[in-house]
Amino acid sequence: MLAGEEVIEQMWGVSLDRLYESAEGQRILSCIQCGTCAGACPYGEHMLYPPRRIITMLKAGLIEEVFDSDSLFKCVNCYTCMTKCPREIKLTEILLPLVKEQSAVRLEEMPAELQKAIENTYRYGNSYGESARKRAAWIDTIDVPIRILAKDPTPVDILWFVECDLSYHPRGQDAARATALLFHLLDLDFAILGPEERCAGDCGRLSWEPGLAEALVDYNLSIFEKYRFNRIVTNDPHALDAFKYRYPMFEFKYKTTATVPELHRHLDRLAPMLSRKLDYLVTYHDSCCLGRHNGFYDEPRALLEAIPGVRLVEMEHTRENSICCGGGGGGMWLDTWYKQQDIERLSDRRLREVIATGADVLAVACPYEVSRFEDAVKLAGYEDRIIVRDITELLVEALGGH
Amino acid sequence: MNILVILKQVPDLVEELEINDDGTDLDRTWMRYIPSEYDEHALEQAILLKEEHGGTVTALCLRIGEVDDTLFTAAARGADRLVRIEGDFEGISSRDAAAVYADHIRRGNYDLVLTGVQAHDDLNGPVGARLAAQLEIPYVGVVSGMHLDPETGVIHLHKEYPGGLLTVIRTELPAVVGIQSAVKPPRYVPIAKIRQASKSAEIGEETAEPQSLTPGYTVRRVFKPEGGGRAEIIDGAPEDIAARLVSIFSEHGLVR
Ligand code: SF4
Ligand code: SF4
Repeated sequence: MLAGEEVIEQMWGVSLDRLYESAEGQRILSCIQCGTCAGACPYGEHMLYPPRRIITMLKAGLIEEVFDSDSLFKCVNCYTCMTKCPREIKLTEILLPLVKEQSAVRLEEMPAELQKAIENTYRYGNSYGESARKRAAWIDTIDVPIRILAKDPTPVDILWFVECDLSYHPRGQDAARATALLFHLLDLDFAILGPEERCAGDCGRLSWEPGLAEALVDYNLSIFEKYRFNRIVTNDPHALDAFKYRYPMFEFKYKTTATVPELHRHLDRLAPMLSRKLDYLVTYHDSCCLGRHNGFYDEPRALLEAIPGVRLVEMEHTRENSICCGGGGGGMWLDTWYKQQDIERLSDRRLREVIATGADVLAVACPYEVSRFEDAVKLAGYEDRIIVRDITELLVEALGGH
Repeated sequence: MNILVILKQVPDLVEELEINDDGTDLDRTWMRYIPSEYDEHALEQAILLKEEHGGTVTALCLRIGEVDDTLFTAAARGADRLVRIEGDFEGISSRDAAAVYADHIRRGNYDLVLTGVQAHDDLNGPVGARLAAQLEIPYVGVVSGMHLDPETGVIHLHKEYPGGLLTVIRTELPAVVGIQSAVKPPRYVPIAKIRQASKSAEIGEETAEPQSLTPGYTVRRVFKPEGGGRAEIIDGAPEDIAARLVSIFSEHGLVR
């Protein structure tokens, strides 16, 4: 896989009409039509034009037909095709978003939930349509001191980019509280933007709503400029992707990592604090962005294994073969649309693998997943067999005396 | 055909509403405004008509809070001309606003005026009717569909009544129509298009001094509903709430 910077350089300025002038365009020409991408895609069978066929159409000058289909609305940006492609074509990174953008414009009717999410994010900086002023309201629900930069702008080591789900979703807030407590106990020097923070414009949104992404990038960069910090840590692997792969095109230079690898760096200090035994059989769901896109497979597992009593069990598809929860690429707001097309939600499909492991706890590390899998659990009626927890929540549960 | 769409800015209910010190109006100091939902339907309906029959769509806003975003979004959706009227309009009654709109319309050349049937900040709904009265042209409100016959310049308006009745009302143009909903929900426009519009679209500026027409009305008191003292709100952690509920139930002999 290419290093982040190389990818960024190759993505910069690539457009469909001048595709073949780019290095990626040349790679696309080298496609051997093996179909690995289509076969590996979790929604491949529902796409009239899976990646392999998109390349055929492109080469034949028939790409307009692909724009007119809704195939790429079934792409959840899971990076599977890209990871498996023997020619290392950066499908999810470059070609698919360019095509998806065109499909979105031509779609006869934009699915209502998705339209609302886009409009909300543009207006309020979060897809929930909640007041931007209440973005940090959750910090009043814990005893841990949390610094908001607007109130105390002295330089800080870590800008903790909390993101929308952790700020507003009740289950996301559980992870926000857990993370704050862990950062505090580890004595990390951190602060948040609070009401000034807006959605980073995650990989999904960045791919099919370039205007929204640009608006968010412009805004967030103008806020970052106001403060002095060394690096960004975020719980949301989608935000990690935004900062790592897209923001650098706009003169953004901060090192960014996700909360899981950040906590893992401090494991030697964290492990001794985990004094409470949790007698759980845990299975971990690899987030697409954290795993396939950024290679963090071992860190989440090491954190879980540091909890006394926890035993890990793997699902049928794991690590780079993990199946997406279905929330990426806009999928978070397309559940109704999928249902109308009689397509099973990926979270429901994935849950069957979870249940097959016999685990008591499904551990996750991406804020989309808690709500998606909890929905799936309720739908399937497995409430008494499995609980869904963010890794940070499990770590906090294992802290003795907290 | 030239269509005018009136877009009103109303308080954004996503933010907490505060009442001013006199208790006669909302506190508008930090108020955030958004376009009224019904007006967005009026705009959509206007653009659908334009797409079918040609012509132009003009979007008109009184300066209340930040209106440029509303106008640029209208341009991105398909409005050809944007007009912002400057003046002291915060909290203006729909009756006084109608006079400002009428003045603009008399100077223009419009065949059809569309506006939302009502706005959630006064719920009076008369702006369209008053406007039509001042211009001495027909008004039809609560419309949820329309059909234009370009040959005859006659418009057929669809209206829904309680009890499952539908009517089609025929009127000549020019006319004012109060829109309940467009035939289709307001369309999606890529944000890039809105941003593009905000860089390239021009807003025509006019000024007006609103007059308080008499007889008018005054708002005597604005207040939040007062509790009757019959409800107990239980706050706290889920466990504490549950414990409190159990004790209430057992007090009333519902559980043992
Ligand atoms: S996996 Fe790669 S080489 Fe094979 S068909 Fe897909 S894009 Fe082409
Ligand atoms: S990114 Fe995932 S969902 Fe999208 S085409 Fe590739 S494999 Fe399919």
